[in-house]
Amino acid sequence: MLRLDSETGKAKWYKNEGTKSIASALVSILIGMCVGMIIIILVGLAKPEISTKGIMEGIKIVFLGVFSTGRAAGAVTFGFNPVNIGNMLFRGTPLIMAGLSVAVAFKTGLFNIGAAGQYLMGTMGTISVALTLGNSGIPSFIVWILAFTAGVVLGALWGCIPGAFKAFLNINEVITCIMTNWIAANLVTWFFDINDQFKNGADGGKVGYTIPLSNVDVVTPRMGMDVIFKGSQANGGIIIAIIIAIVVYIVMSKTTFGYELKACGSNMHATKYAGINSKRNQILSMAIAGGLAAAGASLYWLSGNTEFFWSTYQTLPADGFNGIPVALLAANHPIGVILSGLFMAMLNIAGLQLKTLTAYNEYIADIIIAVIVYLSAFSMFFKEIMNGRKHKKGGKI
Amino acid sequence: MVFLIQQTMLYAVPLMIVALAGVCAERSGIINLALEGIMIFGAFVGVLFIRTMQENNLFGQESGQLLMILALLTASICGAIFSLLLAFSAINLKADQTIGGTALNMLSPAIVLFFINIIAQQNALMMAKGGAASWFMIKPSTFGLPNDHSWGAFIDLFINKVYLATYICMIVFVIVSIILYKTRFGLRLRSCGENPHASDSLGINVYKMRYAGVTLSGFLAGMGGFTFALTTSNCSSTGQVAGYGFLALAVMIFGNWTPLNIAVGGILFGLFKCIAATYATLDINGDGVCLLAEIGISSYVYRLLPYLITLIILAFTSKNSRVPKAEGIPYDKGAR
Repeated sequence: MLRLDSETGKAKWYKNEGTKSIASALVSILIGMCVGMIIIILVGLAKPEISTKGIMEGIKIVFLGVFSTGRAAGAVTFGFNPVNIGNMLFRGTPLIMAGLSVAVAFKTGLFNIGAAGQYLMGTMGTISVALTLGNSGIPSFIVWILAFTAGVVLGALWGCIPGAFKAFLNINEVITCIMTNWIAANLVTWFFDINDQFKNGADGGKVGYTIPLSNVDVVTPRMGMDVIFKGSQANGGIIIAIIIAIVVYIVMSKTTFGYELKACGSNMHATKYAGINSKRNQILSMAIAGGLAAAGASLYWLSGNTEFFWSTYQTLPADGFNGIPVALLAANHPIGVILSGLFMAMLNIAGLQLKTLTAYNEYIADIIIAVIVYLSAFSMFFKEIMNGRKHKKGGKI
Repeated sequence: MVFLIQQTMLYAVPLMIVALAGVCAERSGIINLALEGIMIFGAFVGVLFIRTMQENNLFGQESGQLLMILALLTASICGAIFSLLLAFSAINLKADQTIGGTALNMLSPAIVLFFINIIAQQNALMMAKGGAASWFMIKPSTFGLPNDHSWGAFIDLFINKVYLATYICMIVFVIVSIILYKTRFGLRLRSCGENPHASDSLGINVYKMRYAGVTLSGFLAGMGGFTFALTTSNCSSTGQVAGYGFLALAVMIFGNWTPLNIAVGGILFGLFKCIAATYATLDINGDGVCLLAEIGISSYVYRLLPYLITLIILAFTSKNSRVPKAEGIPYDKGAR
């Protein structure tokens, strides 16, 4: 219910839906961080080799991980660290894209848990095209475009499968997404297993990795990122990701097509009645979601210095699943996804700092992320509290 | 042949029990996507229990079976407790069950790997001494006979080089199936997944029934997770169960939410898993020819077949599926 201001006749800013979404996201983040903090304190107290100082350092790094500058004279120091911030932008790129993927599907009323599989298909397309054409004399920026496109197209096609199952057979997309995830994991492993030309045989002891794309010189331009964030892995990928997010925002909120997609998400029967082809829209929405997740993979591998561990048939890439918390935190708003994606990347970096600088390890970041997902599952509950609706006494919620 | 059947059993039994765990939750109306997470948690707790007991010298190798049973029980109970997180968000807070399940799937490996790294300073938690085969496997020496003793092919199949946990899981599978389909409690539980408002009008407490379903589900998934870790990865916990929880979901769909079909599905998919793991050296009829290796189909084909079959079955049976009608919909008393 929207309460109007008695003087201006407009909705008060703090009763606004957007404000509430931001507030409930911040509450989730805060509780997630607190859970991480409590675990750090409890583990620190239980382990005799971790001192009180160690506990304090652990907590500080969880909150200020990207600003840590290493150890000086036995104490953890903080300040502007271009390497960490650059790496945060680099790690944030696939997270933003996966978050966009989940968000677009959510807007159409679909839960895209298949971003991991689409990410893997994009990986396969990009790496195979880039490595095949990289040394054939074609200018490298054309190869870059071809590789990127191949990844996106493969991911989009892979996303179409759950979409088509949903549209034509009315089968829950969650189940089909899970199945296609694992089919993709096995297909990709199979593909790289039988194609020896993509395997990195040069470095001894690195079994199971593909050749980095910098070897064939198909690399995203750094666009000045290497100057600003010296020594980090940051490149133009983050700029491309932000541009894509803005395009998605414009398409979703300013065009007829975007309106049709959102209409399918809010009321399927009404859209049919209004003459919108809801089946086509469901498939298209999943195709776009697949393309976005795959684009994240493409940008990540096209950075050049990353090597893909191809024997992945037993595990799915975490970046695909992390798209879910990114989208949930941003309340499916494409611009918000940029911020929440960078926030997740920041947690990742904080986790790595925790591993190198303290007795704790990087999985604390994953715990925090998981708690945030768990909490955002009942964002409805938070919003209800904020709406001031009191629970009936004695009655069950 | 004996080898193939025994190996298939090792892969199939955890699948069956975890798929039944999925049925318990879905029949009560809650989608349990967190099966994978609960399995990982159960495996971790069980291995940690064994490790702690060994470090404190509370059990010797001769009482290995007792230790294993206690670990299995601990893993199951902790799985049930872990699943309460899902029950709380799905039942009390009426949150989206898919997201809740996904959260648990992310939370479990994170917590498990965090503590494994704290305890063992590496990404795998092993037993403190010995291995699964020397401590927990049933072999002739368990009965005080020399290790090369043979009871003949047929009896060997069942009691030579097998794990007691496999049989416990089979018995529990039968008991839970009977509870679900032949008792008053089971009927009430299933009614909550079909039409909770009708159940409520007849005096059944839908919230309690759904809690019971999810807890039972967590109990079975924890048991399956530990059994999987014990029998196929040498009683170690590495923060993953190779997608078994999701494969169990596939088995559940393949089995159309009924125990007998799930048993068949579990054995079929277990056979695929077993072939994929051993096909290069698999000699089915004992004539020294590795038939499957000569056909030359990649092992990844066997690995992805279960998922592909499930997709195809979904496509063809979507019209007359036995999926519980009220699953995934939070129960709201006021909506009657």
